[in-house]
Amino acid sequence: MSKICLSNSFPLTVQFGGGAELLFNNTKKHDVILPQKENPWTLRLLIAWLKENLLTEKPELFVQGESVRPGILVLVNDQDWELIGELDYELKENDNVLFISTLHGG
Amino acid sequence: MPIQCNNIGCKKSAILKRPKTSDKICKECFFQSFETEIHDTIVKNNLFHPGEKVAIAASGGKDSTVLAYILKLLNDRYNYNLNLFLLSVDEGITGYRDDSLETVKKNRDDYDIPLKILSYEELYGWSMDNIVKQVGRKNNCTFCGVFRRQALDRGAAILEADCLVTGHNADDIAETILMNILRGDISRLSRCTSIITMGENSIPRCKPLKYAYEKEIVMYAYFKKLHYFSTECIYSPEAYRGYVRSFLKNLEKIRPSAIIDIIYSGENISIRDDIVLPNRGICKKCGFISSQNICKACMLLEGLNRGLPKLGISKRHKRCKFWLEQCKHILICPQGSKMTSLGRTQHMIQIKESLFNSFL
Ligand SMILES: [Zn+2]
Ligand SMILES: [Zn+2]
Ligand SMILES: [Zn+2]
Repeated sequence: MSKICLSNSFPLTVQFGGGAELLFNNTKKHDVILPQKENPWTLRLLIAWLKENLLTEKPELFVQGESVRPGILVLVNDQDWELIGELDYELKENDNVLFISTLHGG
Repeated sequence: MPIQCNNIGCKKSAILKRPKTSDKICKECFFQSFETEIHDTIVKNNLFHPGEKVAIAASGGKDSTVLAYILKLLNDRYNYNLNLFLLSVDEGITGYRDDSLETVKKNRDDYDIPLKILSYEELYGWSMDNIVKQVGRKNNCTFCGVFRRQALDRGAAILEADCLVTGHNADDIAETILMNILRGDISRLSRCTSIITMGENSIPRCKPLKYAYEKEIVMYAYFKKLHYFSTECIYSPEAYRGYVRSFLKNLEKIRPSAIIDIIYSGENISIRDDIVLPNRGICKKCGFISSQNICKACMLLEGLNRGLPKLGISKRHKRCKFWLEQCKHILICPQGSKMTSLGRTQHMIQIKESLFNSFL
């Protein structure tokens, strides 16, 4: 992941909680810079990108098909993604995307 | 673009789609509805009576953290007049519980609820580390399973609680209903939906979060900034319970009411009169529920105390045998350090699942 901040790059904050951070190098907060592209970045594309670029362990515990595993909650800027179109949501620069696993820790 | 809260008269923007109702609601309305629904569950089912001493089973996880926070809040708001305290068990396995006990201590300080941590030493007269010294690593899983199953009930009895509350949520109950159907376990199936059950020693256990969705519990904890412990991150997709959980989560994705619908079905299944359920007798030594004259825990303890630790292990419980093979004592023995963090996690989950089954 390039840390060089080009003018045509797409900055984003990605956070993990509820145990999902264990799959991402045990780090809760990641400032990421997505490559700029012609089509808009959607959550669908972000999930695929995270799987390729940020995930360090057991992809099957995070991804299912083109989405996250059911039971992982997604919030964008503290809003439930079910309110904003889920996978089709178009990300904006500096959005804060949070993935919380509900799958364990009762 | 913000979406307006569905509650009539509320102009705030929605932050959550409720799985039970599909309502889109704002943070304040969510807090209000979530808390009120749990209050309604408590009142409708007569869970508590004024003056009672209530032990909250505290693990430091999301469910028990939210449960402790809400019970404290409702107790103050509606004057339940309950004497609440947190109850945790420390197995005395070096390194295992430290983080989660730290979280429970933080719950105590944050919510101002007294905390009692009981050690195995206090509950049984033997710490797990000492048991290992006595019986060797080969057999300690038998002890850890049997002792864990009774630990909370025993703790509640020692501390003279009137009631023990656990953080089982709607997803947990639905999952257990499905598990019991899949296993053909009729007696568990008929018990697991009750909101109040008799514990293994006749102190009632109850589940105030029975109708609360896991999604909402986690969202509530997040928006209230409640601190909980979650290293035991994720079910292994291979395990049997893991499949059931995945199945349930996939169903929920398609039809969020599925969870509450399964609970409704479970509650309304009746068992034919001519089905003979196994007799739940009482242990002659300790009074806990047992299918034998002497319960497993007492049997094992007697063996330990008489210096014959193999007593009671010979007819090993199937589940314990499973653990033995699976875990190779990674938590208790130094070999544990050779496991990957995920392997260790899975082991803890197995132990927890078995523990969990015995609660319901
Ligand atoms: Zn509102
Ligand atoms: Zn007994
Ligand atoms: Zn073990």
